[in-house]
Amino acid sequence: MSGVPAISQSGRGRLADAALADLDALKQRHGRHFGGSPRRRLAAIGIPALIVFGAFYAMIELNFSLQRILGGLHRLGQFAVLMIPPEPQGRFVAFSIALGETLGIAFLGTLIAACLAFPIAFLAARNVIPNIFVHFAVRRTFDVIRSVDTLIWALLWITVVGLGPFAGVLAIACADFGALGKLFSEAIEATDGKSREGVTAAGGNKLEQVRFGLVPEVLPVIASQVLYFIESNTRSATIIGIVGAGGVGAYLTELIRVLELKQVAFLILMILVTVAIIDFISTRLRLAIIGKAKVV
Amino acid sequence: MATAVPVLPAAQAKALADAYKAAVAARRQRTLLVLAIIVVLVFVSAQLAHVRPLTLIANIGNFGGFIGRTIPKISAGNFFGDIAEWYWAFPKWLGLLWQTILIAYLGTLMGAVVAFLLCFHASANLARSRWSRIAARRFLEFCRTVPDIVFALIFVIAFGLGPMAGVLALSIHTAGALGKLFAEVVENIDMKPVEGLSAAGASWVQIIRFAVLPQVAPGFASYALLRFEINVRGAGVMGFVGAGGIGQEFLVAIRNFYYTDVSAILLMIIATVILIDLGTEQIRHRLINPEGVK
Repeated sequence: MSGVPAISQSGRGRLADAALADLDALKQRHGRHFGGSPRRRLAAIGIPALIVFGAFYAMIELNFSLQRILGGLHRLGQFAVLMIPPEPQGRFVAFSIALGETLGIAFLGTLIAACLAFPIAFLAARNVIPNIFVHFAVRRTFDVIRSVDTLIWALLWITVVGLGPFAGVLAIACADFGALGKLFSEAIEATDGKSREGVTAAGGNKLEQVRFGLVPEVLPVIASQVLYFIESNTRSATIIGIVGAGGVGAYLTELIRVLELKQVAFLILMILVTVAIIDFISTRLRLAIIGKAKVV
Repeated sequence: MATAVPVLPAAQAKALADAYKAAVAARRQRTLLVLAIIVVLVFVSAQLAHVRPLTLIANIGNFGGFIGRTIPKISAGNFFGDIAEWYWAFPKWLGLLWQTILIAYLGTLMGAVVAFLLCFHASANLARSRWSRIAARRFLEFCRTVPDIVFALIFVIAFGLGPMAGVLALSIHTAGALGKLFAEVVENIDMKPVEGLSAAGASWVQIIRFAVLPQVAPGFASYALLRFEINVRGAGVMGFVGAGGIGQEFLVAIRNFYYTDVSAILLMIIATVILIDLGTEQIRHRLINPEGVK
């Protein structure tokens, strides 16, 4: 080791000091590392400028005003004070039942969606149905169903089965049917096809190819996706009550409207805890299914 | 030429066959157990969710009837007139749809900025201290666990009815969701440039700017676009609680049984969402492999 300190007076490394002193010569020798191409430079300036311009335009169009923001923040601060301490004020049992309802909606909705999407996803997979029209049509159907939000599905189902959690179940089943169908068909297409070839070589027909060559390969992926959806639907199911389709959403809306903020805070805490528990269980199960951890 | 297939001695073959049978039986038992658990859970949740299949069967005709009534009368003779009547409020709905897209845009942008500022603190490899990392993680978790529409409900009261509440609600939820994804991207970077820069004496901000940002920028942009896509859907229902966009109009149409309006607005929403999906998908492919698309 030489006795010269690696860090000079300026606090930079010695190499950096030497390079900075020699900057002009460096620029001359290695010019192309200093200046970018004009096209890149244009993109580097133009795209952020466009994004910022768009943001200002949107703020003006959406009636943003500093006064409203400040007033709102002031009121939010008041709300935060009113939320403390969170307490159920005698409605703990009612909240718990509503949360149970929410979990039921999420579980049943996802399960129905998965059961419906599983067979149909095979039709949308290129390696099962080579016919381009069939899988294109099925995929677009999934896309259309997926693009309608769960809350809109809930409104539609309420007209059929009336207000209540059952409409919520059907809404989640519909919205997820599209999403799961797309994911399942992608999982099916991602298989490598070797096991199917094996089944074919052993004399299996088309159906047997799918049953013994494809299903065992995709089942773990599909199961872990379904678990993930149950987890995320627990969140969706908490809000579905806003339009009257069961679960804690109804309490949440009503209590926020009448500013019973202590109860709101308690309910939100209950939701957070429930979601965390479901997250924990489903993560454990998912890792176990894809073989990275053991259950228990 | 006949080939002799080697056959195991009977005792050995029997042992193998028994082991196979035992393995299959164990598997089958496990599958049955899982199925039993699922069935029990289905019954419990069906009880909790008041599932009434009979109502569904009795009223499923309603759904068909409902869909039937939303289909406007369009005759070949007066095709354009009928379309114009169906979309009688087209300019107004288009304006609201544009507002919906702007809500999603601004919500995504503001959320992405917050997520960008926090993700480096939340990542395991770049966080400056353990406590700031835990604080950043917990904050992001809170933001993404509370659904955006719940924030919207509260903000509508605090900030007043209108799109501003929707934007703020979306941006908080987006910050939480993107912050987590961004932090994961940051955790997956190649640490060599970071080491090089810190060896050359760069500050934390300089390291982020010159060693981390070039690696993570495509990933960040791609996730932000994906979130924009999701937020367009989310902004579409913000109107249900009075937080702007086309949702309010849709809610009015469906509650007042303006059947053809329901189908008209729904079709516009679906078309917009699909168009934005396709557009962002193109850009994302380009971001992820710049050479692949010419």
